[in-house]
Amino acid sequence: MQYLPILIFLGLAIALGLILILAAIIVAVSNPDSEKTSAYECGFNAFDDARMKFDVRFYLVAILFIIFDLEVAFLFPWAVSFKDIGMVGFWSMMVFLGVLTIGFAYEWKKGALEWD
Amino acid sequence: MSSNALTIIFSEIALIVYVLGALMYAVYTKKDELTSKLIWLTSAVMVALGGLIVFFGSGESTAFNGAFIDDEFARYGKVIILWSSAIILILSRDYLTKNLLLKFEYPILVAISVVGMMMMVSAGDLLSLYMGIELQALSLYVIAAFNRDSVRSTEAGLKYFVLGALSSGLLLYGVSLIYGFSGTTKFSDIALALGQGPTPLGLLVGLVFLISGLAFKISAAPFHMWTPDVYEGAPTPVTAFFATAPKVAAMILFTRIVFDAFGEIITDWQQIVSFLAVASMFLGSIAAIGQKDIKRLMAYSSIAHMGFALVGLASGSLAGIQSLLIYIAIYVVMNIGTFAFILSMEREGKSINNIIALNMYSKIEPLRALALMILMFSLAGIPPMLGFFGKFYVLKAAVDAGMAWLAIMGVIASVIGAFYYLRIIYLMYFGEETEKLDGSMSTFGWMTLMVSAIVMIVGVVNLFGIERIALSAASTLLN
Repeated sequence: MQYLPILIFLGLAIALGLILILAAIIVAVSNPDSEKTSAYECGFNAFDDARMKFDVRFYLVAILFIIFDLEVAFLFPWAVSFKDIGMVGFWSMMVFLGVLTIGFAYEWKKGALEWD
Repeated sequence: MSSNALTIIFSEIALIVYVLGALMYAVYTKKDELTSKLIWLTSAVMVALGGLIVFFGSGESTAFNGAFIDDEFARYGKVIILWSSAIILILSRDYLTKNLLLKFEYPILVAISVVGMMMMVSAGDLLSLYMGIELQALSLYVIAAFNRDSVRSTEAGLKYFVLGALSSGLLLYGVSLIYGFSGTTKFSDIALALGQGPTPLGLLVGLVFLISGLAFKISAAPFHMWTPDVYEGAPTPVTAFFATAPKVAAMILFTRIVFDAFGEIITDWQQIVSFLAVASMFLGSIAAIGQKDIKRLMAYSSIAHMGFALVGLASGSLAGIQSLLIYIAIYVVMNIGTFAFILSMEREGKSINNIIALNMYSKIEPLRALALMILMFSLAGIPPMLGFFGKFYVLKAAVDAGMAWLAIMGVIASVIGAFYYLRIIYLMYFGEETEKLDGSMSTFGWMTLMVSAIVMIVGVVNLFGIERIALSAASTLLN
């Protein structure tokens, strides 16, 4: 019992080390053939490879969406418990929104919202 | 909360308000043309805040229901973090200019991560701990990939991000177990819960996960695998930053949480920390031998150094914490000096990181070679230099705490590790004639290199009184 922490710790260290190394060998595809590796598109033959490059702007828009989506998720519990949290709660959220606005102003000015 | 809380957290608020203001000003005016000025201004703000903490910080106070602690221990860490980041920021300027990386986001991101680190060293609650770590880490991921057009740099950023996210996951899992079994996230309340009887098994599992997550952040073996790749791939000034301030912050946070929250079960975490210490010292010392890239070499060197600092923590005593604080202060000075030199390693305007390029460097730049030699002696822990005293204090604390075996391991590891530091000196003084480095050095870089080398020698007299400061900082933690 006295040496339990070190046992758990060693277990974790060994397991994690092994997982990181072995995952690449075990999880990876081991017997590829031409059908398996070709792109699949429903209903007709594939136009081109599935691993094409996406425009990085799709990613940017998705990330920006998530940021503001999360912000709303924060606003709901704040609004529900508004009576109990007092002025400190109110101003904490105002500061949060202020910081968020600064981030928004930055991305706008940087041109992250322009498509072309 | 009151205006009092805002006074306690003043330096963090001041820095973040400055950052937000600077970001808005820069993006709405001249953008990247301002970078040079912003770097100087950000450094000035950091130095000033550090000075403010030195001259006006006193006593021990908590804010936000104990989630934020301002005591001498935290202030010790904050001053090192602020000042070392300021120096490295100025050192970065030349490199960034030469490599066309002079974007105004750089000083801003560094300052944001500094705020995160200040939060880390002041954390008194598992939630503020996590907030500090994430604020720090997210900015670091971005600056690791700051050279967007370089495959290596983006790879470093991605690698750092993925493994950083993994370590955050481990840490959060541990936090949730600790909360589940103790019913609180506050360090002092966890200690109270632990004092009430036998330790629940779940809490120990939580502790182990928490320590694993933190070991990632200080890159202690066996959680070190990201370090060499990230250090090698990231732009050199970013590597210099990684090797100093974040390590200090994570080390101080580590010390605070194991003593403040888990001080009741010292014997339990002592085993884990001793294991981390031995593994890091040996891995850092042995794996560095085969390295040709000086940044990879410094990565393994930092792993070994973290191992030595952990020896101090493993002793679990007042002297142990004191020795750890002394060690990281010396470590930071040595690393700043060494990286000031590495930043100047170039040939015909291109950065060279291969240590073979140092062949016969003493003939070209005798003074710089001398300074680097002193720093290398110090990193190896060879007696007349300051680095020796760092190791000496740490090992002495281990012996006094009845862990002589740990101290012996430390000595063996440092002897092995001395090899690769000495090889650099050998190359500089007795190497073969090959292509030479012709890099110029900025005045500031030159001064940083010389001052840190001089510190390594002059500091021997009384360690600049840091011994006493570290002692009183350490004792605030144990009360």
